[in-house]
Amino acid sequence: MSAQAIYVLWLRDMKWFLRAKARIISTIVMPFLWLAILGMGLGAVTQIPGVGNYIDFLAPGIVAMAILFNATMSGVSVLWDKQFGFMKEILVAPVSRISIMLGKTFGGTTTSIIQGVMLLLVAGLIGAKMPGPAGFLLALLFMIVLAIGFVGLGLAIASRIEDPVAFPLVINFLIMPLFFLSGAIFPISMAPEWLRSISYINPVTYGVDGLRGVIIGVSEFPIWLDLGILAIFSLAMVLLGAYLFKKMSA
Amino acid sequence: MRAIVTNGLTREFNGLTAVDHVDLQIEKGELFGLLGPNGAGKTTLIHMLCTILPPTEGTAKVAGFGIGKKPDSVRASIGIVFQDPSLDNRLTGKENLDFHGRVYGMSKTLREKRIDEVLKLVGLEDRANALVQTYSSGMRRRLEIARSFMHHPKIMFLDEPTLGLDPQTRRKIWEHIQMLNKQEKITILLTTHYMDEADYLCDRVGIIDHGRIIVLDKPKKLKDQLEGDIVSLEVPQPKKYADVFRERKYVKEVKIVGDYLYLTVTGGEKAVPKLIDIVARHGGKVRSVGCRSPTLEDVFIRYTGRGIREEEGGIKEQMRAHMRAHMR
Ligand SMILES: Nc1ncnc2c1ncn2[C@@H]1O[C@H](COP(=O)(O)OP(=O)(O)OP(=O)(O)O)[C@@H](O)[C@H]1O
Ligand SMILES: [Mg+2]
Repeated sequence: MSAQAIYVLWLRDMKWFLRAKARIISTIVMPFLWLAILGMGLGAVTQIPGVGNYIDFLAPGIVAMAILFNATMSGVSVLWDKQFGFMKEILVAPVSRISIMLGKTFGGTTTSIIQGVMLLLVAGLIGAKMPGPAGFLLALLFMIVLAIGFVGLGLAIASRIEDPVAFPLVINFLIMPLFFLSGAIFPISMAPEWLRSISYINPVTYGVDGLRGVIIGVSEFPIWLDLGILAIFSLAMVLLGAYLFKKMSA
Repeated sequence: MRAIVTNGLTREFNGLTAVDHVDLQIEKGELFGLLGPNGAGKTTLIHMLCTILPPTEGTAKVAGFGIGKKPDSVRASIGIVFQDPSLDNRLTGKENLDFHGRVYGMSKTLREKRIDEVLKLVGLEDRANALVQTYSSGMRRRLEIARSFMHHPKIMFLDEPTLGLDPQTRRKIWEHIQMLNKQEKITILLTTHYMDEADYLCDRVGIIDHGRIIVLDKPKKLKDQLEGDIVSLEVPQPKKYADVFRERKYVKEVKIVGDYLYLTVTGGEKAVPKLIDIVARHGGKVRSVGCRSPTLEDVFIRYTGRGIREEEGGIKEQMRAHMRAHMR
């Protein structure tokens, strides 16, 4: 493994991110609209037990959503690299596939977290409840673990798909249900039995619940349990991504 | 120790044998050319040698390391210019080189020094900080070449390094290639389907077709084998005359490509009137005549029975397509 290679792949992701201003804005605007419209619209008619405002409840869920989509979608860079031939330059270099995979993972994780944090701050601006410094750091921790897991998933999918145009479709198809069934928009404790059982096997549920726990202090499960389950999921995804990445050719 | 050795190296793609039991030995310091038409298997062979495509059969050693057993050692010893673009267009020229230097483990000071050196060598120092997106294709090619040797490889693979470039840029790139080979003592394996390129640059040339190396020698030796000049006659229905010509003693070889008869003839210029006469006597009319010393293309035609660009529609068609593209 080469730290230098991991670093330079990460650095390249950062340069892209900073140069693509339109992308940053558009990936922030979508979740922001969700937050503003759902928050205001449903907020007027929804009262969640134990939570002051609906928007307080919703904000951590939308932060998770931003991370979820950005992290998984970051795998598309692999497909563009293949499409434009740069992947050959990477694969022919004397660095292990694991370094390449880790570099991409850290890159995708960093950009996802930047967007997650930006969204959290925006949520604060429009009146959602904000955590204290300790809560903020814990929220950061949850974002990191969540992002790593879904970047891993995105890379795993990217190493099995050729078409960069099909990739977002596949991701949306996969991520949308995970998001809706995660308790981001409504509390799963109030959902019907069948829906609740599905939510329990959805890793995003624990990300959302943990984030909500550390941001507004209300959660379904103990925070350590959320973090534990999420960490196991993320580790599994990174291993899966690394395994599939190893077999990839340019 | 040889730079590159292959033993029965083979690659199949769903039943199609792209590279067919190739045995190749390339000496250290050699500038070796693989010459072949589209789809001959040149790129596939290079991809196997640079460890990004596993062979389906056979083995190879590059810089003394097995491509299957020690891919990382092979990768650290080689530099490559791929046939298709492999730059990051969203980074600047300099950033592309910096990326390369880092993944090849070069230190910061070494990297900076080397980046300046190679940029100057390929004449890109003025545009180093512009995004590659804004480069012309010749500039991109030069940047790829600069990148391929910035980490001081022992062996370089150049897959069609001058494809689609204007003559001036091609000349420049040829100079770089010769400089790398002569001054930096890098062993080079290049592929091309330009005859003049192979002839001008290479110490030895292997002609490859349908995945097999059909003949391999110094360019001069290959051409000398033909023993004579090449007379081309453009006639309708050239097949009609083939046998007549074969009976003549001074005609060494007869090949038909499209509307052309290619005759290998001793004492070419003197023989031309006689040849035209023969066609006339058989009721034909020669539309055009050419006479020249043999080129590698003739060698290619001799060994494969067809022109190197036949699949692309012949040289004439190519010219027409070219004209069309420019008239628009
Ligand atoms: N990934 C692939 N899948 C299937 N067939 C392939 C693949 N790559 C190459 N081939 C086939 O293998 C044969 C050799 O291709 P290759 O690219 O090596 O030829 P080449 O000599 O480099 O040609 P060119 O001069 O056009 O670059 C072709 O028939 C091609 O269609
Ligand atoms: Mg090729």
